[in-house]
Formats: sequence, C-alpha cells, structure tokens
Amino acid sequence: MKKKLQNSGLKAWLYLLPAILFLGIFMVYPLIDVFVYSFEEGYNSASQTYWGVGSYNYSYVLHDPYFLQAVKNTFLLVIITVPLSTGIALLISTGLCSIKPLRNLFQTIYFLPYVTNTLAVGLVFMILFKKTAYSDGFINLIISWFGGNSVDFIDGPYWAKMFVLCFYTIWVVMPFKILILTSALSSVNQEYYNAARVDGTSRFRIFMRITLPMIAPMIFYLIITGFIGAFKAYSDVVALFGTNLNAAEMNTIVGYVYDMLYGDSGGYPSYASAAAIILFAIVLTITCINLLISKKVRR
Amino acid sequence: MDYTKIEKKARTHKRAGNIITYILLAFWAVIVLFPFYWMVLTSIKSYGAYNSEYIPKFYTLSPTLQNYADAFTAVSLGRYLLNTTIFTVVTTAVMMIVITLAAFAFARLEFRGKNIVFILFLSLMMIPNELVIITNFVTITNLDMRNSFPGLILPSITSVFYIYLLKENFEQIPDSLYYAAKVDGTSDLRYLLKVMVPMSKPTLITIAILKVIECWNSYVWPRLITDDERYFLVSNGIQEIRENGFGRENIPAMMAAVVVISVPLIVLFLVFRNKIMAGVARGGLKA
Repeated sequence: MKKKLQNSGLKAWLYLLPAILFLGIFMVYPLIDVFVYSFEEGYNSASQTYWGVGSYNYSYVLHDPYFLQAVKNTFLLVIITVPLSTGIALLISTGLCSIKPLRNLFQTIYFLPYVTNTLAVGLVFMILFKKTAYSDGFINLIISWFGGNSVDFIDGPYWAKMFVLCFYTIWVVMPFKILILTSALSSVNQEYYNAARVDGTSRFRIFMRITLPMIAPMIFYLIITGFIGAFKAYSDVVALFGTNLNAAEMNTIVGYVYDMLYGDSGGYPSYASAAAIILFAIVLTITCINLLISKKVRR
Repeated sequence: MDYTKIEKKARTHKRAGNIITYILLAFWAVIVLFPFYWMVLTSIKSYGAYNSEYIPKFYTLSPTLQNYADAFTAVSLGRYLLNTTIFTVVTTAVMMIVITLAAFAFARLEFRGKNIVFILFLSLMMIPNELVIITNFVTITNLDMRNSFPGLILPSITSVFYIYLLKENFEQIPDSLYYAAKVDGTSDLRYLLKVMVPMSKPTLITIAILKVIECWNSYVWPRLITDDERYFLVSNGIQEIRENGFGRENIPAMMAAVVVISVPLIVLFLVFRNKIMAGVARGGLKA
C-alpha cells in the first residue's frame, strides 16, 4: 500500500512537470531576476558585466524627464478613464436591464470591441481623429457642424491627444464592464424591487437604496481591475500615436519600460527593471487602498 | 379624480422613461459600431476617391475591392495572417495539454505538498506580465530564439488562471467514477482522456476560445521578440503597414488590411457568442 501511494505521488509530479517547468523558467526565475537587474549598476547587455550594486537605477529613472512625463500621462489616464467608464457602464447596464426587446442585440453589439485587435481598431480611431493636409477628418467635421474650430487630435496639442487616448481607452474597456454589471444587476433578487414598488418608492430611490448597495462588490471589483488595467496602458497608445511615444509626449510607464528594453533607446534592462518595479509598487499600493476603502464602505 | 386618469399618467411616464433608455442605448451602440462601419466604408473607397474628399463622405457609390488586392500584394498581409494562425493554433494546443495535466494532478491525484504547491501556483496570478517580460526577453535572446516560433510561443503556454478554472471543473466530476475506473484497471491517463476531458468539454472549449482571442491580439511580446518581417504577427504587421507600408497616405488599403485582420475574430465571436461572454464574465480579463 505504501509503495502504491509513493508511486501515485511521483506520477502527480510528472503530470505537474510541464506546468512547473514553464512557470519556473518564465515566471519565478524572471521575478527574482528583475530585482537583481534593478540593483546592478551600469549593467552592459553586450558584455553582461556591471560595476556595482545599489539604487542608482531607481534614482536615474526617477529623475528621467521621459519617465516623469510617462507617470503624468498614466495617472491622468487612470484618473479620467476609470470613474468615467465605470459610471457610463453602470448607466448603460441599468438601461439594458430595464428593457426586453432588442436586449440581446444591444448586448452583442456592446461586446464587439472586446474581440477586436486593439492595434487594428486603434488605426481606425487615428484616422477618424486625424487632421491632414487633404482632409480635416471625421471628428473635425462634426466639430464644425457645431461651429467649433478644427483640431489635430493626433499630432496637435497635449489635451487633444489626451482626449483621444481617454476616449479610445473607454471604448476598449467598456465591453468587460457592461458584461460584469449586467450580470450583477440581473442577479439582484426581484422581491426587493416588488416590495419597494408596493411602498410606492420612486425609481431613483430604488436605484440608490437597493440596486447600488446590492451590486457594490462588483463595482469595487471593476474599479480595482480598472485601475490595474489603466496603469498598464500601452498597446492602445501605440495604436493611436505610433511607436515613438516619447516624441509624441504620450508615453506611459509600461511604454517607458519597453523603450528602455528594446528599440532605438533600448539596451538598458536595469533601468527597465527599476521602472517596472516602481510601476508594480504603485499598482500594489493603489490596490491595497482600494481594498481598504471597499471594506470600510461595506461595513 | 378618477382611476383611469392616474393609470394613464403613470403609463405615459413609463413610456417616456423607456424611450429615453432606448435612445441612450442606441447612442452607445452607434459609438461602438461606427468605427467598424468607417473601416469597411473606407476600405471599399478607391484611393483617388478617398483622397479627393476634403469633407469625408458617409457612403460610396463606386465600391471597389482593389484595396483588398493591394493589401495582399503590396505588403505581406498573407504572411502575417499565416504566422498568426500558426502561433495561435500551436500556443493554444500546447497550453491545453499543459493545463489539463496540471489541473488533473491538483483535482484528482494525492501527493505530499499538494496544498502548498497549489497556493504557490495561485500566488503567481498576482505577478504582472510587465515584471517578468524583461528577463524573458533576455532569456529568449540568449537562447538565440529571437525571430523564431519557439521564441514567440514558449513564454505563453502556461496560465495559472486557466489551471485554476479547469481544476474547479474537474473536481465536480463525482469520485465514484474514478473508483469504478480504478476497479476496472483503467490507468490514470486513460481515465483523464476518456472520462474527465469529455465531461469538461464546455469549459475546455471556453478556455481555448479565450486563449485564441488573446493570441490573435497579442502585441507586446511579439514586438519585443521579432524584428524580422518574416515572423511578424498581425498586430506588428499592422504597425509596420502604418509606419512603412503602402506609402503613408494609402489609407483605404490600410483599412482593407484592418478589415481582414478583424473579420476572423468577429466571426468566431458571433458563432460562440454565449460561450465567450460567459467565459469572460467568469473572470477572463483582457491580457
């Protein structure tokens, strides 16, 4: 019997072997290695040598104007898009749950951006917003209908570029939020609503007093995942402004990491590691704050 | 003051609310669909027609398929599509094998240290990709696997989250089946393939579809690991087309390429609509 058990133990490890092997090589080892890199000063990727150990990489990154620009862009993006997209998603899901005809059709349409290639559709957004010598573009056409002046949203002023980026980000993250909120809303027990209706409670009051508290955990979940996702913004930015993000003043923290690693300004894995760890620290801090707040509110 | 009047008032009130709801929903539907409409519309406008429109037109009276021909001949869109298909199929297939074996071990087999290993696996879910990608880039470069399919595929063939999802599913299969199979002398592997896999088919299909979507849209890793155009995936291809292909101003041809890249996933979505939406609702975040 004992022998049989040992056999089964060995067999289990055999089944786990591929997963452990790949996770070990491509997740656990890199996780340790990234901290090692971040403290190796003056690392040279060609000769694989370094001249010291210390926190120079962090101080370099924190004083790099490109990094500070990236931090500013990322924070703006997070602060604007997370509340807006969650709010709009809540509005749309509430509407979606109050109708019967066409509900499935709307749900299908709303989910479409989730299955599309961010880079490909980003190109369409770029064309809609871009102003060239040949044409002012579609968005400027609409602006002119309302009597406004045309703006180049892709190569123009900072606020215009930020606007497109936020708009596209919201467009991309909406499907997930609408999906989660509609399923949360439809799982609220109907009896609460019936009871409230008997008491003659107004629609708005029902929403504030019954619906919102019932789906609060899901809203917090969306806010937390929204924060994490927005802090890691990168490919949508590339889709709109091209790969040279520093020149466009539109870089994000993740973009900065990749630029340090690879490309024309690349070859500095140490700086990239330091920046990635700073990003991770920021995300971790904000997630913890979010969790604390959500615990307090629910109590 | 009569009853019918009050009732009538309440009904008109409700109808007004409904109309506002529908207007709001339709408005968002237009925002979602418009970029798709615009990309198809632009892709069938001829080069000359598009560039002569200072004020963009919302329709075209002379549609052409020339741009699609250009997309396949002037740039290597066909190769990008082929590469992406190979990458997607191989990655998904190998990942399904790896996660099925691991989930089976966690759900069905007994071994020392199982709980600790499982908790260690789960804790890996918190690790963001951005943190490990730096070393992976160096590893793959040192292994001389840049610009190759193994280099593209290897780092993305395990997913802790999918192992977790599948393990939960495997555990719902009653133990009695396993003991019955053991009495009959069925081996573990045979039991896994003949009983557990068929019974968990819906979950396996959902995971496979989510992985296909992720692979088809992946951009960051392929961009780091390939700079030879022969190994570009569609995302990198579209970026390459944007920066160097066609000449910068041939936007209709670019849009034709975008349509070709978008269609496979949209078809996949329309076919497996319910499975995909249920799978994503269970926690599949866009990677």
